[in-house]
Amino acid sequence: MTLPKFSRRTFLSTSAALAAGAAFGPLPARAAGGMTVGFIYVGPKDDFGYNQAHAEGAAAVAAMDGVTIVEEENVAETTDVQKSMESMINFDGASLIFPTSFGYFDPHVLEVAPKYPDVRFEHAAGLWTEGMPSNIGSYFGYIGMGQYLNGITAGHMTASKKIGFVAAKPIPQVLLNINSFLLGARAVDPSITCQVIFTGEWSLAVKEAEATNALADAGCDVITCHVDGPKVVMETAAGRGCYICGYHADQSPLAPEKYLTGAEWNWAGVYPKMVQTMLDGGTIPNFLRGGLADGFVKMSPLGPAVTDAARTQFEATKAEIMKGGFQVIKGPLKDNKGNEIAGAGEGFAEDDIRLESMDYLVEGVIGATS
Amino acid sequence: METDLGLWAVPIAMLGGAIRVSTPILFVSLGETLTERSGRINLGLEGTLVFGAMSGYALAVMTGSPWLGVIAAAITGALFGLVHGLICSLPKVNDIAIGIAMMLLGMGLAFYFGKPFIQPVAPDLPAIPLGWWSDLPQVRAALQVNVLFLIGLVAAGVLWWMLKATKIGLTLRVVGDSTDAARALGLTPSLVRTLATAAGGAFAGIGGAYLSLYYPGSWNEGISSGQGLMAVALVIFARWNPIACVGAAMLFGAAGALGPALQTIGVSSGYYLFYAAPYVLTLGVLIATSSPTQALSGAPGELSINK
Repeated sequence: MTLPKFSRRTFLSTSAALAAGAAFGPLPARAAGGMTVGFIYVGPKDDFGYNQAHAEGAAAVAAMDGVTIVEEENVAETTDVQKSMESMINFDGASLIFPTSFGYFDPHVLEVAPKYPDVRFEHAAGLWTEGMPSNIGSYFGYIGMGQYLNGITAGHMTASKKIGFVAAKPIPQVLLNINSFLLGARAVDPSITCQVIFTGEWSLAVKEAEATNALADAGCDVITCHVDGPKVVMETAAGRGCYICGYHADQSPLAPEKYLTGAEWNWAGVYPKMVQTMLDGGTIPNFLRGGLADGFVKMSPLGPAVTDAARTQFEATKAEIMKGGFQVIKGPLKDNKGNEIAGAGEGFAEDDIRLESMDYLVEGVIGATS
Repeated sequence: METDLGLWAVPIAMLGGAIRVSTPILFVSLGETLTERSGRINLGLEGTLVFGAMSGYALAVMTGSPWLGVIAAAITGALFGLVHGLICSLPKVNDIAIGIAMMLLGMGLAFYFGKPFIQPVAPDLPAIPLGWWSDLPQVRAALQVNVLFLIGLVAAGVLWWMLKATKIGLTLRVVGDSTDAARALGLTPSLVRTLATAAGGAFAGIGGAYLSLYYPGSWNEGISSGQGLMAVALVIFARWNPIACVGAAMLFGAAGALGPALQTIGVSSGYYLFYAAPYVLTLGVLIATSSPTQALSGAPGELSINK
């Protein structure tokens, strides 16, 4: 069956919007002269993880004068997200949308954005490149530095000299986190190794628990992760008597005695600035990045178990990173297959674009990317 | 502190995985065996499992008692089963279609009511440390056996005995094998089937409580990720035999632990393939035990897949 070039969804939403417009006059959000911002999450917004971090940013935006937010949770990385974006635009009058999940970008944001040139799309993760529609922006934080600091506390606290990482998928940002975690620990003791287990999915509770148990069985005694909702990993690891380092958001309430520190997003410090830029009539840069110093990323307060030696090195390194230009990936460094990553004197600062195409695990990480 | 076990790590991890992961699958497949033995298929058990996980967690958070959570999960599971059973008792209703509807309903309701319970931490169900005799922390961790797992083993035995040797079992089997024969005996097939579906739902609800209250031990929307559906399929694999359900569920759990365990001993490439192990295994066994000349042995005659 072939249909003429005609999108039923566009037709329906347009005609419904027209009908609503005829019945109630202009939509309220637009009528108030304010701005409506839409947030779309791939999971629940209180998952102690990725989505919660974004939702905390959304809450900070909601507190601004003249700004209304609309949120939708559990939106799959399928055409569902296109539907959500279009309905936020057409029915809620959103002029700025944050589709927060990695997989929303290609092809969904890329497909919807050209249809709505007046709407701004801001996507987390560094996927925007020159030549893509200019109403799309991509922003991200250098959270690998946070994992480096996690690694420093882990390096002090591990007795077995083996630390563990539960990872979702071997994409560059995850690999950078794993490598940074190990290199942080090796800054304390170069004999430390890091076992990584990939679960293959962003959110799979049973597999994450199994992976955490496997790490504990292998002798890892400090564990961190990069999955969407770290709750299961944190609780399972603490239950096995391991120390834990958080990720995405503050997980210390889950196991306060075992929690060392955590690498957190600070979207509550970033989103209001982006929205303010638009309210002032400015344009958000298409390519926006920041680290600890810029307030994109923050660390959880150090837990009660952290020793004084760990605290001292943690604070000193953090101060070093805040100055800018700090290099986690620096030579001489090999990957875990023996290939050279960086020669002596060579290094990558956090904003080095080459880090965003990382495809290796450094020497000392036990695991493979495929 | 911990000892390096080398290759031994894999069988120990698989044993641990079998005990940890199998329980919800065991409960759902026992419940489904009961239902299918009466001649009906309830595909909605995935939804019941998820709703059981949510209601069990919610009640445990509110009352502080995980056991009250388990009871609540069993009751809500029975209610879901009852609804499925009653609707299917109406003429010309397809049990598979209703099952799919109930699955979506159960998940939707669980997500809706479960919203406020994602953050709170509920008390866990107790585990019995059966590994006290070993010095190895890995063995001790693997043999942390949850009470529900033991209850599941006992329930499998009791169900097997009940189906084989009691009047209730006989009634269930007659109704499942031939509606006409059951009517001739003066039984009411729709009543028996409705009760069997309700009981099956209660089992699935308890399986859900295990997920949220013990392993992985927290409530979130992705907690089940299809385990309920796999368990329904395992019933065919287990040939409608409760004892075989135990073996099937444990095999499935053990195969699931294979992927992470292999990564820790250095077999790290191709982990996607190892994660598919449980499914490959199921397919393999089904093919190996299939026969080109006869229908599935042990299948109740009134099941809609047999008609």
